Amino acid sequence: MAITQQSPTPSPSLSPPTASPRSARARRGEAGAAALMITPALALFVLFLIVPIVLAFALAFTNARLISPRPPEFIGLDNFALLFTDPVFWASVRNTFYFAVVVVPVQAGLALLLAVLVNAKVRGTRFFRTVYFLPVVTSMVVVSLLWRFMYQQDGLINKALQSVTFDRFTPVDWLNDPAWAMPAIMLMSVWQGVGFTMIIWLAGLQTIPGELYEAAELDGAGTWHQFRYITWPGLLQTRTFILVTITIAAFSLFTQINVMTQGGPLDSTTTVVYQAVRSGYQQLQTGYGSAISLVFFVLVLTVSLVQRHLTRERG
Amino acid sequence: MSRRNRRIVAASLTALAVAGTAACSTGSSASSDGPATIDLWTHAGGNEAELGVINTIVEDFNASQDQYTVNVQDFPQDAYNDAVVAAASSDNLPCIVDVDGPNVANWAWAGYIQPLGLPDETFEGQLAGTLGKIDGEVYAYGYFDVALAMFSRQSVLDEAGVRVPTVAEPWTKDEFMDALAKIDGLGQFEHPLDLGTGGGGEWIPYAYSPFLQSFGGDLIDRSDFQSAEGAINGPEALEWAAWFRGLVESGHMAQTSGEDATADFVNGKSGLLYTGNWADTTVKEAFDDAVVLPPPDLGAGPKIGAGSWQWAMAEGCEDVEAARAYLDFAHDTKYFVEYGNAVGLIPATLDAAAEIPAYAEGGENRIYLEMADQFAVVRPETPAYPFISSVFQKATKDILAGGDAKSILDRAAADIDRDIQQNGGYTS
Repeated sequence: MAITQQSPTPSPSLSPPTASPRSARARRGEAGAAALMITPALALFVLFLIVPIVLAFALAFTNARLISPRPPEFIGLDNFALLFTDPVFWASVRNTFYFAVVVVPVQAGLALLLAVLVNAKVRGTRFFRTVYFLPVVTSMVVVSLLWRFMYQQDGLINKALQSVTFDRFTPVDWLNDPAWAMPAIMLMSVWQGVGFTMIIWLAGLQTIPGELYEAAELDGAGTWHQFRYITWPGLLQTRTFILVTITIAAFSLFTQINVMTQGGPLDSTTTVVYQAVRSGYQQLQTGYGSAISLVFFVLVLTVSLVQRHLTRERG
Repeated sequence: MSRRNRRIVAASLTALAVAGTAACSTGSSASSDGPATIDLWTHAGGNEAELGVINTIVEDFNASQDQYTVNVQDFPQDAYNDAVVAAASSDNLPCIVDVDGPNVANWAWAGYIQPLGLPDETFEGQLAGTLGKIDGEVYAYGYFDVALAMFSRQSVLDEAGVRVPTVAEPWTKDEFMDALAKIDGLGQFEHPLDLGTGGGGEWIPYAYSPFLQSFGGDLIDRSDFQSAEGAINGPEALEWAAWFRGLVESGHMAQTSGEDATADFVNGKSGLLYTGNWADTTVKEAFDDAVVLPPPDLGAGPKIGAGSWQWAMAEGCEDVEAARAYLDFAHDTKYFVEYGNAVGLIPATLDAAAEIPAYAEGGENRIYLEMADQFAVVRPETPAYPFISSVFQKATKDILAGGDAKSILDRAAADIDRDIQQNGGYTS
C-alpha cells in the first residue's frame, strides 16, 4: 500500500458563516441536522481511530503483552530507553528516511511527467491512463510477490539486463545484497504508486483553464515557458497535497518489506512500521510495539508540520 | 436499486445472526434436556483429508453415547491462531482446541489451555515429540509428527562416489562436506545442496535449530529455561554459524533458495534436498532411485525438529468432563491409523505405525519413524518460545547474509534474556 493512502485535508477555503437574515431558530435546526448527520461518521472515527491511538499512547508506557496471564504494569520510559539503544531501531529510522527522500521526489516527478504526457490531446491517452493505473489497483502483496520473482538471481530483471548488455552484466542477487535491496524495493514501489499520483496531477492539470494556454501561445510562449509560468504555478495546491500524502505513505512502508525481505539482509530494509509490527505481533510485545508507534507518530507529525510550514501560502 | 439494497441488508443481517448464534453457542449449554454440547476448533479448514478424519472421530463419539455432543468448527490455518487469541481475550474459547506444538507452552502459560488430566498409560508408546508436556503434565497430544530428512538419488550418490548414510551410521560432518564437494564436482547442479533457505517464518527454527543442536548448541539453556546465554552464542553456536555461512560462501547452497525447494530438486537444480517428509511422495514419484537419508551428525548426533498440531482442552471449558471424555475416546489406535492414512505423515504411536504398512517394521517410510524416535528434539517448551523463534529467525537470516556471527548471536542471547526477565521468568 505504498503510495496509495491519502488523508483528505480539509479545504481551507470553507466560507465563514456570513450573517444572514434567516432566523436563529432555522439555524439551530440546521445545526441539529448537521450533528445528526455527522454522528455515525464521528462515532466510527472515535471508535476505530481515536480510541486505538489513545490506547497505543497509554500502552507505550507499560509492559503489556499480546498473550500473557500477567496484567500490564506501568514501566515509565523503559520501552523508549530500550528503543533508543536498539541499533535495529536506528537502522529502521535511517532506512525509512532513505526511502522517503528518494521515493517522494522520484515518484512525484515521474507522475507529473506521465500526467503531462497523458493530458496531451492526442489519440490513445485513455489507454495509457489505464495502463499506468493498473499497478495501483493490483494488491501490493501480489505486486511484491511478483517482483520478488523478477529480482531473483536468475529472474527476469537480471536476464533482461544480461541480454541488453550482451552478457557483460553480472547478475545481482538484488534482494539479498544489502546495498541493492532498498533501491530494488524503491523502484518497485515507485512503479506501483506512480499511477495514483499521476491521477492526482491530472486532476490538478485539468483545473487550469485552457484560455491561459491559448493566451500564452498568442504571446509566443514555447512549451517549456507554458509549463514554467502556467502549469507549475497552477498546480500549487496539488503539489502541496501530493507532497504531504506521498511523504506519509512513504514513511509507512511495510507491505513490500514484509513480503520481500523481512527487513533483511542485515537490517538494510527494516523500517519503523515493520519493526513495530514485528515487535507487537510476532514477538508479542504490545507495549514495546506501541512505543515504536508513538515514536513513529511524532516523527510523521514533525515532518508534516515542517512541510506545512514550508508550503504555507505566503502573502 | 432499492431491491438490491434490501437484499444486501438482508444478507448482512443473516451474517450477523449467524455470527451471533456462533458466539452464543460457544461454551456449553448443559441447561437443556438434550446432551450437553461442546465446541471443538481446528485449524484444518480447507484440508479435506485431515478435516475428514476429525469429523469421523467426532461423529463416532457423538454416536457412541448420548451424554455429550461435540460440534466441529474449522478455520483456515492462517486465521486459526488469531481466532484463538481473539476468542481467549473475550473469554469465548471453545472446550477443545488444536494447537501447534511450539505454542503449547505459551498457551498453557497464558491460561488458554489446561492439563488433560488423562491417565499416564493413555500415552504409552507415543512419540515424545507428539506430546505437549510441561512440568510432567500432558497439556496436548497429537496424532502425527513430521520428520526432517535429506533426499537424494542413488545414481547421483553412486556417480559422486559417496557412501549412503543410514540412521545407524549417519554422515559425519567431514563426510557430509566431502559429499557436497563430490556432488558439486559432478557439475550437474546449480548448487549441490538445498536446505530450503528460501523459506521463512517458523520453518527457520524448525529446520535449522536442529543443526545448531547437532553442533552442541541450543536455542536456550533447557535446565531452567531462564537464559539463552552460552547456548545460542557459545562456541558451538559460533561453529554452527561459521559452518552455515560457509555453505553459502563455498557455493554449496544458495543464500536464498527457490520458492519451492522440492520442485527445484525434482527439476534437477540440486543434488541433495533437506525438507520434511511431506515431500516424500513428490520426490519418490519423480525419481525411481530416490533415497531418504538422515541429516548429518555435526558433532552431537543428528537432530531433527518435532512437534506438530496437537489437541488440547481450553482453560475456560465449562464442561471439562465432556471434553475429557472426548479426548479419551479420540485417543484410540484406530484413529491414529486413520490420521496416518489420511495425511501420510508419521503416526504418533508405535501401535498405529504397526498397522500402517509403510510405517511398519521394514516399510518404506519406517526411516521417518526411526528418525522421529531417535533424533527428534522438540522446540523449547517455554512460553518464551514465540519470542525466541522470532529472534532466531532474524539471527539466522543475518548470519546467512554474511553478518558478524558473534555480535548477531550475542545480541540474540541478550534479547531473549531480556524478554524472559521482563516477563518475570515466565514462571507465573
